[in-house]
Amino acid sequence: MSARTNILNKLRTSLAGTKPRPDEFDESLVTGPWRYPPEERVARLRELMEAVHTEVHQTRQNDWPVLVAELLAKREITNLLYAPATPHGGQLASAWKDGTRKPELRVYDRPIEEWKVGLFNDVQASLTGTTGGIAATGSLVLWPDRNEPRLMSLVPPVHIALLKASGIHDNWYDMMTAQNWSAGLPTNVLLVSGPSKTADIEQVLAYGAHGPKELIVLILEDV
Amino acid sequence: MNQRIPVTELASDFKGRAREALADSQLRSNFRTAMDSLMRKRADAFSDEDEREGLRELGNHIRARSLSNLPDLLEQLETRLTANGIKVHWAETVEEANEIVHGLIEAHDGRQVVKGKSMVSEEMEMNDYLADRDIECLESDMGEYIVQLDNEKPSHIIMPAIHKNARQVSALFNEKLGEHVSEDVDELIQTGRRILRRKFLEADVGVSGVNFAIAETGTLLLVENEGNGRMSTTSPPVHIAVTGIEKVVSNLRDVVPLVSLLTRSALGQPITTYVNLISGPRKPDELDGPEEVHLVLLDNGRTGAFADAQMRQTLNCIRCGACMNHCPVYTRVGGHTYGEVYPGPIGKIVTPHMVGLDKVPDHPSASSLCGACGEVCPVKIPIPELLQRLRQENVQAPGHEPVSVKGAGSKYSRKELLMWRAWVMLNTRPAFYKLFLWGATRFRALAPKKAGPWTENHSAPVPAARSLHDLARDHLKNSSIRRERL
Amino acid sequence: MSELFYDAAPNATRVAPAREPERRYPDKPAEVSLFGTCVVDLFFPEAGLDAIRLLEQQGIQVHFPQQQSCCGQPAWTSGYREEARAVALAQLDLLDDGRPVVVPSGSCAGMFRHHYQELFAEEPDNLRRAEELAERTFELTEFLLKVCKVQLVDRGEKHKIALHTSCTARREMNTHLHARELLAQLDNVERIDHDHESECCGFGGTFSVRMPDISGAMVLDKTTALRGSGAAEAISADCGCLMNINGALEKQQQAFRGRHLASFLWERCGERQPGGEQ
Repeated sequence: MSARTNILNKLRTSLAGTKPRPDEFDESLVTGPWRYPPEERVARLRELMEAVHTEVHQTRQNDWPVLVAELLAKREITNLLYAPATPHGGQLASAWKDGTRKPELRVYDRPIEEWKVGLFNDVQASLTGTTGGIAATGSLVLWPDRNEPRLMSLVPPVHIALLKASGIHDNWYDMMTAQNWSAGLPTNVLLVSGPSKTADIEQVLAYGAHGPKELIVLILEDV
Repeated sequence: MNQRIPVTELASDFKGRAREALADSQLRSNFRTAMDSLMRKRADAFSDEDEREGLRELGNHIRARSLSNLPDLLEQLETRLTANGIKVHWAETVEEANEIVHGLIEAHDGRQVVKGKSMVSEEMEMNDYLADRDIECLESDMGEYIVQLDNEKPSHIIMPAIHKNARQVSALFNEKLGEHVSEDVDELIQTGRRILRRKFLEADVGVSGVNFAIAETGTLLLVENEGNGRMSTTSPPVHIAVTGIEKVVSNLRDVVPLVSLLTRSALGQPITTYVNLISGPRKPDELDGPEEVHLVLLDNGRTGAFADAQMRQTLNCIRCGACMNHCPVYTRVGGHTYGEVYPGPIGKIVTPHMVGLDKVPDHPSASSLCGACGEVCPVKIPIPELLQRLRQENVQAPGHEPVSVKGAGSKYSRKELLMWRAWVMLNTRPAFYKLFLWGATRFRALAPKKAGPWTENHSAPVPAARSLHDLARDHLKNSSIRRERL
Repeated sequence: MSELFYDAAPNATRVAPAREPERRYPDKPAEVSLFGTCVVDLFFPEAGLDAIRLLEQQGIQVHFPQQQSCCGQPAWTSGYREEARAVALAQLDLLDDGRPVVVPSGSCAGMFRHHYQELFAEEPDNLRRAEELAERTFELTEFLLKVCKVQLVDRGEKHKIALHTSCTARREMNTHLHARELLAQLDNVERIDHDHESECCGFGGTFSVRMPDISGAMVLDKTTALRGSGAAEAISADCGCLMNINGALEKQQQAFRGRHLASFLWERCGERQPGGEQ
């Protein structure tokens, strides 16, 4: 008999004559305490993310590429990984053509095996979009895909994320219900709530454990 | 790579290890400071009592509902994961689980494994198993990395290296890595980051645990702060997740309250830095992520706990560690004293089904039953009640049927049983009891100056000159209230 | 939220019982029984007597059933279920007269309130009696505060005390706030918080002799915290804790001591009290 059969048989024997408990999920318990007037969502998300060392900027749809350039210049960053096939990638690329000196743009356009060392050792920053945000916990939601693969938001020491203000939900439950997550999920979904950190030594918080040392969120207020 | 010294060999038994830990003032202060801070953070994270209690009830309900339907859910999980391209393996014992993991690594000629934090892999002692087969299995969680470097086991399920301070970690890095690192925590962490980044780059296989496996969507959910979990599950070409069979929940929405309970109870955080939901290997049009994802479902005694409706509640556990953070015993003796993978209150109730009660006979007694653990448990496991039950199992007479906990009866003592029977005689026959009171008060001067272990910490107890029975009888005879009513 | 017994099968998956609603208290009765507890009986009889005096001051006739012994807790917490049951049954028979039972100890009250129902779970008749006993069992402080609605008049000098609450009072009886409220009625008494106030003193019944090293470390911390609080003495409503704390203090050759709340209240508010006598 296989391990699978043995395990399932033992469990079934132990439950003989019983019925499964009914589902009494009370959604008000995970939504009620976590509702915000629309005008407060940005402030709530910002407060929570800043509390864990995220740099947050409120900007506008037409202004953010300039801000990105400034943020990179301030850090003397010389290259940026971006996704040209996305609308925001296209916007960044055209803004980069204004003739001033800007960091080199790099593209994640090959399977990781072909440039793992380069990604790990050379890329200094990345820019990705998000599929939304969560006010209750101060989280970004990322659905990595071919254009913006999983390691893009993880390996570079600085991660810049674009977040549309209109995409901020009150709480996680609302978001997954609104977007019908239970119908099926992509390979990877991420909630990101700050730069990588650890408190494993003496409970002292240290940022930049294994992932990005810096997370910069640009909230686009007009979209 | 050095073999780990099993902690159980450091001192003979629980009491011996406790004595050593209690005498180690550095260890005591490391734990007290850390646990105080964790308790404060949890309290701050649950500032609204009604919200907290409602959520705990929901957490308990979700776990109970999942367990009440566990075999069907496991099958559903397997079906969905398989449809998503994740291969599911089943293991009854840690040996089987290790063989499966080793087989998968061998199939890819893997030599280097990088591991995210996983308590189930600790149950399996996977690092040692693979090291014996010339496969390097490196911990990547900073705390786990530190304890692995020192050939130790984790002393806390969330904060594996909490027993060490920065000075001790610095000395360890200097000794084992040959790196001169100061006691600055940032510098220590950056050293770990630098070394482990290379491993993430080179590793052939990534191993992780699972916080929740979602049957509805076929999803493995992992929470973490460091990013090593994401690294281990994304960078190497193969990802092997190992988890206990109890970790499955029905629906995606079920994890909303459970994640909130977990991160707030464990660390006082509204959420961890990363919540990582994995629903498959790399798809043809994707550019990264592992080509293969495997899930190993481990029993290791869980079906035994499941068979007993009372002990089944131990499988509610979501591994937050709040019970140990709030335990006055754990705070004083630290995690290594328990000598097993899971320390603290939760360790006392889940370990017997894994290793047998006879291997941990002192665990159920090492509690004042103060109830702090049960009060903070986010999924409302009645830990004190289960400790009390294990005490009953511990003293079962030989031959007692049915055996509901493996290794029950190892604390059975005929002498102690006779003592309790005498105690019953005394307390069920008022004449005996009164005679006892009379003797104890009358001859109080003869009370022994040494009263076993009690007088190690206390002066010898001396009975009062007159018992309450006596005083009350005399008093009530003259009571004005009584007279008025008569 | 959940129906506890949605499925009556003994092997059904259990859910935690719903939160206890706030206890509803009856009007002040004319008579009560005092269950003194075995520790009070032998080591702190004055505390038991003071509890009787406090109750009488409220115009209540107190009975002290002379056949009482121990609630059964030591055997219960040691895993000797049958032995605990035998002793519990004797008390259940003794206290079967319907009179409210007042207990000057959170842990023994907790035994009546909660654990007797576990002990007699398989015996319908005894279970019914145990449930009925649970309904009319009161820990002394909650009885004074919630049933008698006592208004204490403090006749003592200015005094600082630290309050140690037993874990059973705190977590099984939810009476930790009652002692605080009673003390707050005393004008000249200042209650001072001590370090790790909510932490166990390390007694735990037989825990203190089965694990003397750990228990000793706990009581050392507790006594150090109590002494360091700046209070003149410690007050507790549980004599198990007091036996532990005072025994340790004596061994440490410290002059500081703990005292039962009943004795403390009687000393400061005893004798005739306005409105006390009916």
